[in-house]
Amino acid sequence: MYKCVQRAILLALAIPLSRAELPVLAFGQPLNPAQLKALDITVFPDGRNLPDGRGSVRAGRSLYAGRCAMCHGASGVEGPSARLAGSDGFFGWSDPLRPLRILQYPRLMLSVGGQWPYASTIFDYVRRAMPHYAPKSLSDEEVYALTAYILHLNRLVEEDTELDRHSLPRVVLPGRAREVSAWPEKPAD
Amino acid sequence: MTDLKQVAGGGLLDRRAFLRSGIGLSLAGFADTSAAQALPVVAPAYDIPAWMRMPGGADLAYGLPAAQEQALQRQQHAGPPEDSGFAVWRTPLASQPGVITPSGLHFAVHHNGIPDIDPQQHRLMIHGLVERPLSFDLEQLARYPLVSQIRFIECSGNTAANAASPWARDESCQQLFGEISGSEWAGVPLKLLLREAGIKPAAKWVIAEGADGGSHSRSVPLEKLLDDAIVALYQNGERLRPSQGYPMRLLLPGWEGNVNVKWLHRLEVCDAPAYTKDESGLYSEVLANGEIERFSFFMDVKSVITHPSGQQILPEALGYYEIAGLAWSGYGRITRVEVSADGGLSWADAHLHGPVLDKALTRFSIPWQWDGRSSVLLSRATDEFGRVQPTRAHWKRRYADHSFNHYNAQQAWRVARNGRVENVYV
Repeated sequence: MYKCVQRAILLALAIPLSRAELPVLAFGQPLNPAQLKALDITVFPDGRNLPDGRGSVRAGRSLYAGRCAMCHGASGVEGPSARLAGSDGFFGWSDPLRPLRILQYPRLMLSVGGQWPYASTIFDYVRRAMPHYAPKSLSDEEVYALTAYILHLNRLVEEDTELDRHSLPRVVLPGRAREVSAWPEKPAD
Repeated sequence: MTDLKQVAGGGLLDRRAFLRSGIGLSLAGFADTSAAQALPVVAPAYDIPAWMRMPGGADLAYGLPAAQEQALQRQQHAGPPEDSGFAVWRTPLASQPGVITPSGLHFAVHHNGIPDIDPQQHRLMIHGLVERPLSFDLEQLARYPLVSQIRFIECSGNTAANAASPWARDESCQQLFGEISGSEWAGVPLKLLLREAGIKPAAKWVIAEGADGGSHSRSVPLEKLLDDAIVALYQNGERLRPSQGYPMRLLLPGWEGNVNVKWLHRLEVCDAPAYTKDESGLYSEVLANGEIERFSFFMDVKSVITHPSGQQILPEALGYYEIAGLAWSGYGRITRVEVSADGGLSWADAHLHGPVLDKALTRFSIPWQWDGRSSVLLSRATDEFGRVQPTRAHWKRRYADHSFNHYNAQQAWRVARNGRVENVYV
C-alpha cells in the first residue's frame, strides 16, 4: 500500500516535469578574460592580437643561425625540417624555367614563401611552437625578428626591414593570390 | 551441391554464396580437389598438448594480447620530415577484421610529441565571441549527457604515396593505408557547451587548440561544432590514450584527422579563420591550375581491399579466397562496394557487413575463386550521397602533380602467379 502511494506521488511529479523544458545544464565555471591573458595567443591575418614590440631582419639573422638553422638549414631550404623558403613545388608546364626551378628545389616540399597566404601565421606559429626543442621560450621581440628574417629569406622584405603589429600584416605573401576555399561545402555537391 | 556461378570476370562469386544457410557448397566446378582426397592418409595421431597437462597461468589486471601476437604493432614512418619530431604511426589495417581498431593500434600523427598532462589541472576553455566565457574541468564535463559514436578518423595524407609517386611503390596495406582507424568515441556534445557559453551573432568559426608543446591549432566552422562534434573523453570503453589526446580531444566526425584536435584545451569563437600553420601549408592541396585549396575538411568516399593486400603472399597459388576490405565516407553511410578481379573490366557487388554506420568503417567481402593467373583486384565504394571513388587518373586530373592530400582513388592490388600481392596503378 505504502509502495503504491509512493509510486502515485512519483508519477504525479513526473508528469509536470516531462512537459517542462529540459533543464539548462550549466556546469561551466565563469572564465575571466584576464585569466586567459597568457593563453590567448591566436594571431589573425588582419593582425588582430599581435603584441607590442618590434624585431628586425638583422636581429632575426643571428637568432636564426643559433636556434633554427640546425633543423631548417642555413638558408631555410636544406631541412631536414619543414621548408621555410622557396617554391611550394608547383611549377607550371608552360614555365620556361621549370627545369631550373626543379633543380633548385628538388624536394618539392611545401614552404612558407611558396604557399602560406598570410605573414601573421609565421608570427603565430613561431611564438606558440618554436623552437621545437623549447616551444614558447622566445620573447615577442625575438618572434618579430624571426618572422622578419623568414620573410627576408623568401625575398619578401628588404634587409633593413623592422616589423611590428602594424607593418607585419601589410606584408603580402604569394600564396594569397592562389587561395581558394573548399568551405562551405555541402554533402550533396 | 549448389551452383556457384561467377558474377564477374576473374572468378568473383556471388557475395552471399557462403552466407546462405542450409546450403551445402562444392567448388568442384572450379578446382579439382578429388585428387588430394584420394591420397592415402598417413598423418601422426594427435597427442595431448603440454598445456593440457598443467594448471593455467594467472590473469593480469589489465589484459594484453597473446605473446605470439605482440608482433602486430603500429609502424613508424621513417624519413624526413619525421626526423625532426613529426611522427607518423600507422595502423596494421590488413590485420583488422572488424570496424574497430584496438586503441593501442590507432594511427597517430604528432606534430610536437605527446604532452604529459595532469588531468586534474587540465581545463577546457571556451571564449571569444560568447556571452559567458567558460572553463570546464573533467569532473564538470562528466556531468553532461554522454553520447557515443562509432566513427573513423583518417589523416588527410593517408595513401599519399599513391597520390604523389609516379610509379606504384611496392608497399603494404599498413604503409599505404595505415592512417585511418575506427573507434567508439564517447564524450560531451559540443553544442551543449557552446550554447551554455552563448554564441554571439557574429560568430562563424572556432579556433580549436591543443595543450601540447606546439599548441596545435585549427580553424573549424562553427556549423560543424553545432552539428555532430563532441569533446571525446573515452575511446573503446576507456579513457583516451595519451597518443589520442588524453584527457580530451575534439572529434569532428568524417573530417580530416588534423582538425580532430588532441589534448583539446581552448576553443576561441571568432568571425574568421586564423590561417594556422597547418591550414596554411601541409593540410592544403595544390590544384592542377596552381590554385591552393584550403579548408577541404571532408574525407571523401574511399575503400581498400585489406585481404589480399600489398606484400601478402597467398598460401596457395589458386583456389578459393575471400576478398575482404574496409570502406568509409566522411559524408555519411556506405551504400555499395563493388569489386573487380580483372583490373576493372567487370565488377560485382560485395557484401556489406552490418551495421553500416554513419562516417564509420564498413566491412565488405566477396568470395573469389582464383584461377591462378596474374589478377588485378580493385574496390570501388559509393556512399549515400552517390559519391563514387574515382579512378587514379581521374583523381590526378584535379590536382597538381606533387599534391598528395585527400587521395581517395580506387586501389589496385596485383596478385602475381606466385601468390605475391603488389600495389599497382591501373
